[in-house]
Amino acid sequence: MTEQQRTNKSARRAKALRRLVPHIILWIGIAIIVFPIYFIFSASSHTSAEIQAAPMPLGIGPHLIENYKQALFQGTQNMGTPVLIMLKNSLIMALGISVGKIVVSLMAAFAIVFFKFPLRNFCFWAIFITLMLPVEVRIMPTYKVISDLGMLNTYAGLILPMIVSATAVFLFRQFFMSIPREIAEASQIDGATPMQFFRHILAPMTRTPIAAMFVIQFIYGWNQYLWPLLITTKPEFYTLLIGINRMISGADVQIEWQIAMATTLLAMLPPVIVVVLMQKQFISGMTETEK
Amino acid sequence: MAKQYEFKAPVLPYILVLPQMIVVFLFFFWPAAQAIFQSFYLQDPFGGRMIFVGLKNYSSLLTDPDYWQSFTVSVAFAICITVSAMAISLFLAIQANKKIRFGSFYKTMLVWPYAVSTLVAGVIWLFMFNPNVGVIAYVLKHTFHVNWQYLLNFNQAFTLLTLAASWKQLAYNFVFFLAGLQSVPATLIEAAEIDGAGSFKRFWRIVFPLLSPTTFYLLVMNLVYGFFETFPIVHQITAGAPGKSTSILVYKVWRDGVINLDLGSSAAQSVILMIMVIVMTVFQFRFIERRVNY
Repeated sequence: MTEQQRTNKSARRAKALRRLVPHIILWIGIAIIVFPIYFIFSASSHTSAEIQAAPMPLGIGPHLIENYKQALFQGTQNMGTPVLIMLKNSLIMALGISVGKIVVSLMAAFAIVFFKFPLRNFCFWAIFITLMLPVEVRIMPTYKVISDLGMLNTYAGLILPMIVSATAVFLFRQFFMSIPREIAEASQIDGATPMQFFRHILAPMTRTPIAAMFVIQFIYGWNQYLWPLLITTKPEFYTLLIGINRMISGADVQIEWQIAMATTLLAMLPPVIVVVLMQKQFISGMTETEK
Repeated sequence: MAKQYEFKAPVLPYILVLPQMIVVFLFFFWPAAQAIFQSFYLQDPFGGRMIFVGLKNYSSLLTDPDYWQSFTVSVAFAICITVSAMAISLFLAIQANKKIRFGSFYKTMLVWPYAVSTLVAGVIWLFMFNPNVGVIAYVLKHTFHVNWQYLLNFNQAFTLLTLAASWKQLAYNFVFFLAGLQSVPATLIEAAEIDGAGSFKRFWRIVFPLLSPTTFYLLVMNLVYGFFETFPIVHQITAGAPGKSTSILVYKVWRDGVINLDLGSSAAQSVILMIMVIVMTVFQFRFIERRVNY
């Protein structure tokens, strides 16, 4: 082998190695994300005794189906609400918030863009200011409003305070402003009422932004924690996240980790499915609305 | 701008904005006003007796070392999360932006955790690091001989909270960094390559400056997240322990209001937090060109 050939060979090897670097780094990134989730999946396949004995076995045990069955239909001993009921509550809350936000915001954006009325600017700014009042900073008084209205432990109480979204109004407003006004004018000339224009022309045109908003707001709704923690005291209104918190509070020895971890995985599933299935709408929605 | 066509209807627009306005006033403005009002009063939690105390709730907060401790830990927490989550995400986004095989697989794998809620992130990390049953805790204790008791050790508690909160934020940052990187024109980078700039130099001199709007936006969003949205993680993992040392501001306002029923102080804390959000929002809109140009 000549000197020339040898340097060629090592150069080629260095190049191949360099091409591998991004793959290695990305796999490390994926490992950082996946391993913690693998641990809880593994835990959900063991018995309570195996986990309490620490360290738990890291493989997948034989109790997977049994644990998920118990979680879904019975719950744990210190939290007797089955996951099925909490799944239903979380779903109602997430759908209520996401669909509610979209409907209410579409209507408001339609009014603000397509009509001229004296309080238009006022309405716009009122909605804008809600950005500055997240639930974390108005905990007690909002709780009091809900309790005065008799909405503690109700779906309305879980959903209504969450259905204002400045982000959604801005997105729809932006989209509506890009639509040529001749379309609105033409529909008027053809004798359609504004509401007919909204329902049959505008809403179908807005399909893509609506889908993007739905993904983001569904996840937002599903992952609400502080608000349900405040206003649900009856187990039949617990959402999944509240249920998980209840399952693992209390003395360590009494915690049925395998059921709590099965519940945690089940709680992750619906929003993850929505993101994976609607990844494209989700990314465009995120980067266009929030920026 | 040419005159835009507008519908003429006297009542309809009001009907359209009505639902939104009812919710805004009932659940946003009214409670905010209540918080301001209540912050000037001392209320007996069982009766309903209100005593006007002026600024006393504020002055006792601002002279309370617990409050300043909570403030300091919140700021430190937000900064640690922002730095670690942004650095790792940027690094991963740069790799994923290269023209490599399985690129879309990598992207999906790094994007989906966006759907994982803050509470679930807390639960996952709590389970790994629980001193009795956690797998990582076991390794720490038996392989590295660390005295792992995060509920008794502030540094351990703070580190665990930061890990959980940053882990949750990776996907969010990744989405934005990737979108930002994809909008950097490839021709610019090729030109620099022809001029002989190394990949490190290419990044710092060309890509990073073009990425600065994204970086700045994420900086604000991550600080807001670390400051206001990490309640579930603290509530689940440490509940403020050891002592009250990890009780961040949003946790403290909840605890003082809901558990300790100290409504006046809780309201004053709410008002201070509101002012902080307003300052941050104004800052964000001043420096980032947003599309709100009414």
